[in-house]
Amino acid sequence: MSTTDTDTGTGRTKDPAAAKRHIGVSADGELGEAGSQLSTAPVDTAVPGSFGGSRAPGALGWLTWTGREVVGWARWFWRQLTSMRVALILLFLLSLGAIPGSLIPQSGTDAQKVAAFKDAHSILGPVYDKLGLFHVYSSVWFSAIYILLFVSLIGCIIPRTWQFVGQLRGRPPGAPKRLNRLPAYATWRTAAEPEQVREAALEILKRRRFRAHIEKDAVAAEKGYLRETGNLLFHIALIVMLVAFAWGQLFKSEGNKLIVEGDGFSNTISQYDDFKSGNLFSTDDLTPFSFNLKKFTGTYERTGPNKGTPRTYQADITYSVGAYGKKKKTTVKVNEPLKIGDSKVYLTAHGYAPVVTVRDGKGNVVYHDAVPMLPLDSNVTSQGAIKVMDGYKNAQGTTEQLGFSAFFVPTFAGAGKGDMFSQFPALDFPVLALSGFHGSLGVDAGIPQNVYQLDTSKMKQFKDAKGNIVKARLLPGETMKLPNGAGSITFDKGIEEWANFQVTQQPGSDWALVGAFTAIFGLAGSLFIQRRRVWVRATTGADGVTVVEMAGLGRSESAKLPEELGDLAALVHEQAPTKIDDPQVVPAEGAEN
Amino acid sequence: MTLATATDLGAVTDLATATNEHLANISNTLIYSAMAVYTLAFFAYIAEWIFGSRSKVARTAAALTATEKAKTPAVTVKSAGGTAVLERPKVVTRSAAGARDVPDGPGAHGGDEQGDLYGRIAVSLTALAWAVETAGVLARALSVQRAPWGNMYEFSITFSTVAVAVYLVMLALKKNIRWLGLPLVASVLLDLGLAVTVLYTASDQLVPALHSYWLYIHVSTAILCGAVFYVGAVGTLMYLFKDSYENKLATGGQPGRFATSVMERLPSSASLDKFSYRVNAAVFPLWTFTIIAGAIWAGDAWGRYWGWDPKETWAFITWVAYACYLHARATAGWKGRKAAYIALIAFACFLFNYYGVNIFVSGKHSYAGV
Ligand code: HEM
Repeated sequence: MSTTDTDTGTGRTKDPAAAKRHIGVSADGELGEAGSQLSTAPVDTAVPGSFGGSRAPGALGWLTWTGREVVGWARWFWRQLTSMRVALILLFLLSLGAIPGSLIPQSGTDAQKVAAFKDAHSILGPVYDKLGLFHVYSSVWFSAIYILLFVSLIGCIIPRTWQFVGQLRGRPPGAPKRLNRLPAYATWRTAAEPEQVREAALEILKRRRFRAHIEKDAVAAEKGYLRETGNLLFHIALIVMLVAFAWGQLFKSEGNKLIVEGDGFSNTISQYDDFKSGNLFSTDDLTPFSFNLKKFTGTYERTGPNKGTPRTYQADITYSVGAYGKKKKTTVKVNEPLKIGDSKVYLTAHGYAPVVTVRDGKGNVVYHDAVPMLPLDSNVTSQGAIKVMDGYKNAQGTTEQLGFSAFFVPTFAGAGKGDMFSQFPALDFPVLALSGFHGSLGVDAGIPQNVYQLDTSKMKQFKDAKGNIVKARLLPGETMKLPNGAGSITFDKGIEEWANFQVTQQPGSDWALVGAFTAIFGLAGSLFIQRRRVWVRATTGADGVTVVEMAGLGRSESAKLPEELGDLAALVHEQAPTKIDDPQVVPAEGAEN
Repeated sequence: MTLATATDLGAVTDLATATNEHLANISNTLIYSAMAVYTLAFFAYIAEWIFGSRSKVARTAAALTATEKAKTPAVTVKSAGGTAVLERPKVVTRSAAGARDVPDGPGAHGGDEQGDLYGRIAVSLTALAWAVETAGVLARALSVQRAPWGNMYEFSITFSTVAVAVYLVMLALKKNIRWLGLPLVASVLLDLGLAVTVLYTASDQLVPALHSYWLYIHVSTAILCGAVFYVGAVGTLMYLFKDSYENKLATGGQPGRFATSVMERLPSSASLDKFSYRVNAAVFPLWTFTIIAGAIWAGDAWGRYWGWDPKETWAFITWVAYACYLHARATAGWKGRKAAYIALIAFACFLFNYYGVNIFVSGKHSYAGV
């Protein structure tokens, strides 16, 4: 695992001095410049207090004092907001704040559940409502947390970026006085001249892609700037993602349209069955396109443990982009939406639409259409309503409306096997069960009606002479006669299928994706790259022999650092080997001089 | 039917049912066998702890009092051994100021030969059990003709397999984590026990696999992240214990004999802290990727890439909690124990996402059975 770590200490920094200390700097404080700027993490230094200082007498004095006071507090507040500690607290609040939204029903995802919850909890309901707990992720307080966090983030990134640019343009700081105080240290005595050693070390370090230069009696080198780059990139990518997400929320739109085979759709608001959009969406934003549903195909597992499981769901469509675009054929599948500009067309549901013909007493056709039915279970037992709005006159010649409540099963259990529950989702043994009503459908009242249900409050059910309800289970091609010459209804052969399409438009999602992947790469750079400094000092000792000292310092003490220093020392040592007749060390075989 | 459930387009082949049931039975037998072997491994680890020597007791105390007296941090000399010293200059390391210089414990066996033998047996048994469990997971996957994470039973067996794999890989990489064996095998047994009793789902009641390679990527990386986060969390927990122990010693306290015996064998608190930090930090980018892969898949399947579904929300909470932890490590005054508590909270969020959300909260991610 090649991660670096921010520190190795147990971290109990009880003394306030340590708390203020810059990360990566040894406690001795002797490193000074050398240990600073190993990262651009802000140091919490803001202290509140009286910023105004002494107040001169008179109104002017009061004014300048207030000015200093206001500016001081504003600066203090800004420092607080952009400090690491506050970022930490805000992050913590963000995760805490996200919790209720996952436990309490949310109106954005399931409005019915919210209503049920409010019914069940007469005290909690209004309280939750006040607190915005039914729409946590768009509530004032949740927005406040993340907006503060991102203000903090921007306030943090900008100075850090400047600081980092400064570090990039500057040079690694010179060697501290006492190299042996650093976490990794090596020394030996050599016959080579100090300049020679420094030159050799400089070359070796540069070859190892350190940024290195000679300052006074030592080489100063640094490597691993990508860590900081990655970290900044990561935080910037977070901003990009948030902006993209907010943008998408404001300009998004989402509509549903049910289409029976053979029918078409063009992308305007009036054509949708239902439509939702973000606050800044305008109808002009809808991508102009249109399509026709040619054929829907569903196949299902016939045998085995997964019998009845869908194997394919696909809609073959022809579509054209723009008002006069060329017609193109394509197939839309689950998980494979059709993309047109910013819009995506998803296949979200499917069902059957039996074709029925209704005739009046004289045999005139008053209704002939495919009627989409609402599936109730996974075997597509479906429910629906047939509404004959106009054109019908009863046996007495008065104008009336007809309504039929209908159940449809694609695979009937078989005669005598009882109920209207489908046994399989494909059209193996389709049966349509009907019962009829006459009177007023109530569609003129102006209240939108459920297309799958009849409002029978102003209707009478058809009954035969004995007073029994008239109802029938029809096979394709069969007809049910209505009593007293009221006409008939036929279940035609050739059942159609319908598909529901959801058209969504969410601008900015490409940016979110770019931001997301940038964030990952930035993060990897930030976590896996170690930023470290190496110094090589070569001086002439009191006895005239050159002393070489090497030391390494990382953002943290890592096992890698001594290892790397050892490698570097070995390379430098090759160029400036240990002096053999030195009294302090045992002679090495093969050493020159 | 809405296709939210119909996204369950199974890649089911026409294999005869009988074959599937046969494979499922083989899988069950293998899982039970793996549990038996894990149990043996568990006892072997216990034996390692019991027979391991306690002679190294008080190393920590000695080290702590030594530094107290000297008032200077200890200097460890890395001797490259023999003549190598002459070819390579010696590197002297010095721990950061403020850090306690405590040597790592020798491990569960405590330097005792018999204990070490039991430990080696335990590791071998763990490896064997892992191989058997892996075969069980594969048989299960073949029997249902899809990836083995369609319900909580399958998820649990796959999860523990991956967790043990992570442990074995780290051992193979010569990381000092044999001490993890006992807690790991104990929790694997707990996990498998729950899986075969409470969560068991017969293979013929399964929701078929969801049909997108993004989903495969998403779930497999999620499982891997979970396994690694688990290892990190155990490390963090051990750090907290060991740190309390060292604190007690440093302030002149006298820990009990049992605590001494256990704690003296664990790595030093600094090493444990470093270990869990590295583990958590290493998977954090992968966890980020996991969430993004999930969002991409959700974008294709549900028409929105982020919709605050409970599972998504908890993945986000977990992510923010780990980000909190990483931040805490970089913030003065929050390192050490405070950061460790955040890491544990973050892991609790992860666990809740996998068990709590499936059981207590309904959302698009809920499995059919449990
Ligand atoms: C949207 C919220 C934020 C998230 C999710 C986040 C996430 C992270 C993560 C995961 C890291 C770890 C990478 C590393 O250790 O190098 C990190 C590091 C860092 N973050 Fe943030 N961050 C957020 C906001 C902020 C803010 C507001 C600040 C400024 C006050 C900030 C300053 C830093 C700094 C300075 C580091 C580097 C620490 C170091 O050098 O070790 N972050 N952030």
